[in-house]
Formats: sequence, C-alpha cells, structure tokens
Amino acid sequence: MKRSVIELWVGLFVVAGLVALGVLAFKVGNLSGTDIRDTYAVTAHFDNIGGLSAKAPVTLAGVRIGRVSGIKIDSDNYRAVVELSIDRKYDNLPLDTSASILTQGLLGAQYVGVEPGADEEYLKNGSQIEITQSAIVLEQMLGQFLFGQAQGDK
Amino acid sequence: METLIELSDVRFAYGQRRIFDNLNLSVPRGKVGVIVGPSGCGKSTLLNFIGGRIMPDAGKVEVDGIDVTKLNRQQLYKLRKSMGMMFQNSALLTDLNVFDNVAFPVREHTELDERLIRHLVLLKLQMVGLRGARDLRPAELSGGMARRVALARAIALDPMLVMYDEPFTGLDPISKGVIVKLIHEIGDALEMTSLVVTHDVSEGLSIADRVFLLGDGKVIAQGTPQEMQETDVPEVRQFIDGAPDGPVGYHYPAPDYLADLSDQENL
Amino acid sequence: MNALQSLGGWTLDSVQRWGRAAVFLGQILLNIPSVIVRFRLAVVQVFSVGVLTLIIILVSGLFVGMVLGLQGYNTLVDFGAESSLGLVVALSLTRELGPVLTALLFAGRAGSALTAEIGLMKATEQLAAMEMMAVDPVSRVIAPRFVAGFLSMPLLAALFTAIGIWGGHLVGVGVLGVDSGQYWTAMQNGVDVYDDVLNGVIKSVVFGFVVTWIAVFEGHDATPTSEGVSRATTRTVVNASLAVLGLDFVLTSLMFD
Repeated sequence: MKRSVIELWVGLFVVAGLVALGVLAFKVGNLSGTDIRDTYAVTAHFDNIGGLSAKAPVTLAGVRIGRVSGIKIDSDNYRAVVELSIDRKYDNLPLDTSASILTQGLLGAQYVGVEPGADEEYLKNGSQIEITQSAIVLEQMLGQFLFGQAQGDK
Repeated sequence: METLIELSDVRFAYGQRRIFDNLNLSVPRGKVGVIVGPSGCGKSTLLNFIGGRIMPDAGKVEVDGIDVTKLNRQQLYKLRKSMGMMFQNSALLTDLNVFDNVAFPVREHTELDERLIRHLVLLKLQMVGLRGARDLRPAELSGGMARRVALARAIALDPMLVMYDEPFTGLDPISKGVIVKLIHEIGDALEMTSLVVTHDVSEGLSIADRVFLLGDGKVIAQGTPQEMQETDVPEVRQFIDGAPDGPVGYHYPAPDYLADLSDQENL
Repeated sequence: MNALQSLGGWTLDSVQRWGRAAVFLGQILLNIPSVIVRFRLAVVQVFSVGVLTLIIILVSGLFVGMVLGLQGYNTLVDFGAESSLGLVVALSLTRELGPVLTALLFAGRAGSALTAEIGLMKATEQLAAMEMMAVDPVSRVIAPRFVAGFLSMPLLAALFTAIGIWGGHLVGVGVLGVDSGQYWTAMQNGVDVYDDVLNGVIKSVVFGFVVTWIAVFEGHDATPTSEGVSRATTRTVVNASLAVLGLDFVLTSLMFD
C-alpha cells in the first residue's frame, strides 16, 4: 500500500479514537455539564438518610447544583451527617435553606433537594443546614398505613 | 602486503562445545579470502567476530588495525559502516522493495537528498544486473536475485570489507556463476577486500586469493588455491575431493558394531 | 527428584526471561526519543497495529454492547429499573469490558502479529543484517512498534466502549423500548468522568504498554526457527491475556475500593 494511503488511514484512526474519547468524556461522563469541581461544602443532619449514597446529586428546584461528598454519623446524637458540595456559582443560598432527601420516581435513586429560605445571610463553606427532612422509608410508611387501617377497622 | 583482517589466538566456546582453539588467520587488504570447512565448524561465527556481533572468549580480532573486541557500542557501529555483509538467506527487509532495500543503509547513515540516493542505488543495482527489478518485493525474487540485491545493499556505502556468508548455497549453476563473477568484480573494480565463508570447494577455490581450511577449532591448512589443490595433507585432500571417509570419520562415534548388535542387555 | 529438578530449571528459566524482558524494556525506552524524531516509522506501525485491528474491535464492541443492552434490560426490568439501562451499559464498558476485552483482542490480533513479524525478521537474519549495517534494530524496528502499540490501545479501547454504548442504545432503545432520553440521562448522572472514564482510559494505557511489551519481547526473544516463532506467538497471546486479566484485578482493586 502506498505511504500516503497508510498515513490517511492512520490519521482517520487517530481522529476516530480521539472523537470516541471525547464522546466518553462529554456525552457519557458529562464532563462539561453538571460535573462540578469548584465547590463549597455545607453539612446537614438527618435522622435517616434511607438509601442515599455518596455522589448522589444535590438539586435546587430540580436543577443539579452539587453532589453528596460524604456521609458519616455524628456519634453524639446518632444522626447522619451528610456533607454536600455545592457549586460556587450558587453561593447565595439563604442560611435557613432546608434540605430533604427525595427519591427519583417511586423506586429510583435518592438525592438531596434543597429549598431556599428567606434569611439575609447566605450559606458558606462549613455552614450547617438546620432544617432537614429525612428520607421517606417506604417500608415504614407502608407499616404505618397498614397499622392505621387495622385500627380504623376496629 | 598490508593486512586488513587479523585474528590471533582466538578462543571461543558455545556453552560446553568448544568451537575455536587458538585460531589464527589474516587476510591482506584488497584480496579475496575464502574460508572453507565442514558444516557446523563455526565459519559463520568467524564473520560475526569480525562484525563484532559475537565476542570471542579470548584473543584479538583486528580489522584495519582496530581491535574489534575492545570497542564500545558506538565505535563498533562506526566500524560496521565500513563493512558490508551478504547473509546466507539474503536477509532483505521484507517490507521494503528492492530499491528501498539497497537505499536503506544510505538513508540511515547519510543525509543525501533523494536524487543522489537514486543515482547511487541505480548504480549498485546496475552493477548486479537488477536495475530493472527495483520495484519488486523480496518475496518476488528468486534466491539468486535476492542474493544479488543483498550484495548491492552490502556495497551501497562502498565499504572496505565485504563478507559473504555461504554465498553459493542453494543456487543453480548459473546463479552461482553470477555470484562468482560479482565477487571478482567487487574485488577488482571497487578494490574491496572480500571474505567468503563457504563449503562449496570448487567455487570457493575459483575466486580465492587465499584459502583457509577450518577444522577442529583451528586453521588446519592455508595457502593459494593452487597450493591447496596440490597438497597431500589428508584432511585437506578429503575435503577437496569430497571423500566420504577419511580423517573426518563417516561414522558418528559409536561402540563396536558387532558388539552393539549382540548386546543382549538393551533388547 | 526429577520433578524438583524440573521445577528448579523452570524457575531459573523464568527468572532469566524476566531479566531479559526488563533489560529489553529498558533498551526500548531509551530509544523512544529516536522514535519521536523519526515519527514516520511509528505512523506506519500504527497502521498495522491499530488500523488493521479496528474492524475486529468495532464489531466486537458493537456486539458486546448489544448483549449488555439485552441482558441488562432483562435483569433491570424485573425491578422496574430499565431506565437505568444506559448507566449499566456505560459503567460496565468504561470500567471493565472496554479496556479488558480490547486488550484481549489486541493481544490476539496485533500482539501475535507483532511477535510473528519480529520473530520472522530474526529468523531470516533481517535483524542481524541491520546490526551489520550499523542500524540498531531496537531503535529502527522494535521501538516504533512499541510506541505504535502503546498509542493505539487507548484509542481502540475508547472506540470499543463508544460503539458498545451505541450498541446498547440500539437494542435497549431501538428494540426493547427504553426511552432514549432516559438512557442518556441515567448514564450522564451516574458515570463520573474521572472515576469511571479516566480510570478506564488509564487501564487501557497500562494494558497497551504491557501487551505490546510482551509481544515485541517474545518476538525478539524467539528461537529463530519457524517452530520457535510459532511458539513465541502462542506465548504472546497466552502471557499477554493472563497479564491483562491479572493487572485488571490489581488496577480495579486500587481504583474502585
């Protein structure tokens, strides 16, 4: 085969490979979109986080603004401490913002939704979100519901 | 006469097998030296000493006054640029065509522009009669043609020494004749020194200025072709006449035949 | 006694092989600068190592992706989670199947070809001829092939993964009726560029390095006969495959602990 043909093929191959890498980074891994690097961290305490796991999204009005960067237990009061890394772009969340653990659909993955309050001051790195709502654990709800039904029947 | 190649007291063993023991050999500049000897006596190893690809266990290997065994890698590579070698199976680079094969050493070692390289390559190809075959691939060449290309490549950089490893093996008589003619021409016209390793006695003697017969790890006889023809040393006679039995035994060493046959224990 | 002796012989043999392979790698790495200076040599090799492997990589990737789509769907649909199909397909491919299967195919197609080619060059004295022409075969023959293999492998793995994800989409969305938007969204929410994609690329780079190293070493170390070359080719495929699987375990436990 002629040298120029070989070089053309190699060029095509390299371009195709790089495009594939680009597709993996941007379209599959979503490098440009919601992957957030420059963040500040706030904590929120929950009674029960259900199935929340690290890297779960944090959303405001349905828009992703950060992710769960750590989950641990506060050994004083046995509550879950969830660390949220929030994009620096959203540094104007009021201090009395509330956080709740929600579920995508009925059985989907869990995420943290934040609801802005009305305080004049804003959350900053190291702040704690005071108002939280724990995950709704389906089994508990179901149990309560059946219990209530049984009582109502009496 | 000035000496180009001088091997003195060379000793070499391959594992347990002793190949050379105090081998001495010298080839004058501008002449054709022919080394003959039975298969497996280490003739090709000798060429590898001179090219510095294998180092002897002891002794000196001098080429143009330089001891090859003492050179470092860079000096060795520099020396090799002034040597050409034609391998037994031609060793043409299979992914290049004839032209590029001959041009290979020139392109690797010089900065000549393509026009000059073309002139040079066509000159060498013309000399071996294969200018018309420049676009063929090595796979498309016959054995004799491949060797001529290999020869053109070996002399591409006009070396002072050309080595031939079994140049006649496996060739038809015409091709053999062509190679004989070429070795002569390269010696006469280009004034290069040739060192030929072969077991083809008649062709070997026909081109030689000086013949060395190797056996038992050393040179057992040397001289002009005529001296060799006329000698009555039995080892030389057996080799030159191609006698099946003689100083080199027909039988591989074995216990007595009758005793072996009547050996009851191994039945 | 005999068994002990052969074990000892085998051990000595392997240690020597490792030593030779390490020295050989050192020589190759020392010659990388000369390849960069004459990059054309490597480009030609990218053709035979990369481009000629392309077809088998693309076809395999497509089918692996389609199978993942089918199997993933059948499993996920029992939990009503078929919307996560894109995530399952993409994670399997970026983290594991992409780099590993590409490396195995690469060893079988390109690695064996490299070994056979270099082994034959040795058997036909082409390497010896180069040495006699004062051309270092490591710099002229081995190093360009090594660079080509090392560069081609991540590109091939990326192509395998990308076309596999598309194959999963083809089956999951086209045939089984998963929503296309959900396929991509689940993927984009769950796949991390650094943890998943980049780690997969790192794996493929490591595999490319090791497979190419084994291939060129076996070729250069082959006994210069046709039998020796064929055995070296087999060794390349076996050793490279084992190395890929072993390294994959090590890398995975380092990356995703």
